[in-house]
Amino acid sequence: MMTTAADYFPMLLRKQAPKFVTESGNPVYGIVAEFDETPKVFKAAAQVRDAGYSKWDVHTPFPIHDMEEAMGIKTTKLPLMAGGAALTGLCIAVVLQWGTTDILYPTVVQGKPFEAWQPFVPIMFELAILCTAFMCIFGMLALNGLPRWHHPLFSHERFYRVGNDRFFISIESSDPNFDPVKTKQLLEKAGGTDITLVEDVK
Amino acid sequence: MLDGVGASISGVDTAMSDMHPDQTIALQASGTASVQPVPRHQPIIPGSHDDGTLVEDPGLRAPLVLGERSFNDVTNTVCGYAEAPMPKIWLTAFTITSSIAAIATGMILYLIITGVGVWGLNNQVDWAWDITNFVFWIGIGHAGTLISAILCLLKQNWRTAVNRAAEAMTIFAVICAGIFPGIHVGRVWFAWFLAPVPNSNGIWPNFRSPLLWDVFAVSTYATVSLLFWYMGMIPDLATLRDRAAIRLHKGVSRGFKMPTPIGDGLALHFMPKPDQIRVLIYGVMSLGWRFSSRHWHRYEKAYLMLAGISTPLVLSVHSIVSFDFATSVIPGWHTTIFPPYFVAGAVFGGFAMVLWLMIPLRMFLPNFSDLLTLRHLENMAKIILLTGTMVGFAYAMEFFIAWYGANEYEFSVFANNRVNPAKAPYWWAYWTMITCNVAFPQLFWFRRFRQSPLVIWIVASAVTVGMWFERFVIIVTSIHRAFLPGEWHMFFPTYVDILTFVGSCGIFMTLFLLFLKFLPTFALSELKIVMPQSHTDDHH
Repeated sequence: MMTTAADYFPMLLRKQAPKFVTESGNPVYGIVAEFDETPKVFKAAAQVRDAGYSKWDVHTPFPIHDMEEAMGIKTTKLPLMAGGAALTGLCIAVVLQWGTTDILYPTVVQGKPFEAWQPFVPIMFELAILCTAFMCIFGMLALNGLPRWHHPLFSHERFYRVGNDRFFISIESSDPNFDPVKTKQLLEKAGGTDITLVEDVK
Repeated sequence: MLDGVGASISGVDTAMSDMHPDQTIALQASGTASVQPVPRHQPIIPGSHDDGTLVEDPGLRAPLVLGERSFNDVTNTVCGYAEAPMPKIWLTAFTITSSIAAIATGMILYLIITGVGVWGLNNQVDWAWDITNFVFWIGIGHAGTLISAILCLLKQNWRTAVNRAAEAMTIFAVICAGIFPGIHVGRVWFAWFLAPVPNSNGIWPNFRSPLLWDVFAVSTYATVSLLFWYMGMIPDLATLRDRAAIRLHKGVSRGFKMPTPIGDGLALHFMPKPDQIRVLIYGVMSLGWRFSSRHWHRYEKAYLMLAGISTPLVLSVHSIVSFDFATSVIPGWHTTIFPPYFVAGAVFGGFAMVLWLMIPLRMFLPNFSDLLTLRHLENMAKIILLTGTMVGFAYAMEFFIAWYGANEYEFSVFANNRVNPAKAPYWWAYWTMITCNVAFPQLFWFRRFRQSPLVIWIVASAVTVGMWFERFVIIVTSIHRAFLPGEWHMFFPTYVDILTFVGSCGIFMTLFLLFLKFLPTFALSELKIVMPQSHTDDHH
């Protein structure tokens, strides 16, 4: 939860002094390794997981099947949030329709009863769907810490191939296990190529 | 697995794939190489029309992407069209469709300035082409969400070839649909009465009326479809952003050229480069997506949930549209079969429109036939056959109940207003509907016809016409004769009626052409999932 908040409202948190700094004085974001095939990155992800890293990520052009397991990602709470949104939409529809039709402004139309629930069902359904859809997409973006203008990874030129046909594993320097030498060795052993230190250029 | 097919693949030019991919992109962007990967020779299986996907062996899975394409090829194919300079044929088509769209704008302005009297409506027929067009367009708008949502839940991987274009089509059709109820209310400036907002009149919309349910259903549907479409595009927009950034970085971006009817275009050096505009616009639209697996995890969950809620939504929308008619007590409208009948008809008409748009696309953009194979077309033809038969059953059942229900007015609407050429002035509309919607799709019982793009396209055209007539028949033939013969009136459209409808087709096509040129036409990340290279095991 806190990491999510930090992603989304970074201005609210006190900046920690960077653990690693390059020669040019920029803090180190982390180490990035490149892979060219799906099976390679899949196996490498399992190795990084087993090495006990927590602040790391796999970047792939498409969602890889079973990657959650290979990375050890916990299931998201998004469905629960969406369920809450559905109930909210339902309640809005109930209050809106009963409130205006039966309580605040009862108007006789063709002698239809004011308090019958049946005619209110379609709009209850639609508003529940609408709120769920909003929560699905905006909740997903919020949990992902998006939208954001920039990310340190975008200063790594090779990374721009990720939307096409390249796979990347990035390990952040803020990870407690991070060590410039050992982490690099791990990624080399896992089969990564073009292993690069990425700076957090301001 | 598909050794037999794979061995016979001929003419795949691997020259492009041998080059280093960065170099390929650089060459393509600088205009020194073709933007597209080299097209595959067709057909794949010599001496037949089969492109290798029409395998009938249930033990074999037809490939979803042909020509042994790599991820890079697929990216180049889809992004290449969005990045190439505007082709002349596109500009020609765009000029024509946007001129037609301008006619609609003019007609709508004329209507607003003058009043609904410029349409051919009369005291008896007070809903005619306006609501026909509304139901026609909203029906077409059902295929996109059906393909994205229902086929996603049913794990039909072939939907990846058409889902993006179908979703785009959905949104444009809903936009066209939204115009008509908005302008048919007469005093358009009071259209805000539809919205439940506090106002000094002390009157709220009538929540017990299906017309208001319709407002909520259609606006929810438009919003959810737009979100669904946009969410699916975020990763692909990020791909377009990244490719433009690579080209800018390597200094191979083209300069800005204003297209001209003759010649190569007019170079405008003071304008920013197209790639700079792309980085900005695609960059903002892709929201900083960085293809993270942690993001993908939530993204896939969100996509699945959206599919789950869109499925009942798509069924509810046309049901509610049908309530506009079914809850009234007018013979011909007061029917319990309407909700399922309307939904089946909407899916039917929507799929026909998808095919109608995508088949010419395969012809003009040859590499798209790698992604949109004959198997995809055949699958959609089967859905046309299924839904067409459901619609045919609904027509028959409606007629049967009109007779079996023993309500003479209901039966009279069918016999004397629709079917019988001797008595019904609109018999030609009814029989056009039956021919186009029931007879034409029966061709798809024959494998030869479902596998021929030309036949599919002809049937799709017929179905589109037939579905417009279905709504015309339901609306106009039911109300043009009331209980007293003195109240009988025919409906004759004026030129404003006709040009507004033609213009709405122009709006639809203009939006679709803009989509083809500027947005990723295929769902790249989803296409890559169904390619064999995406498997995590080594032996593929």
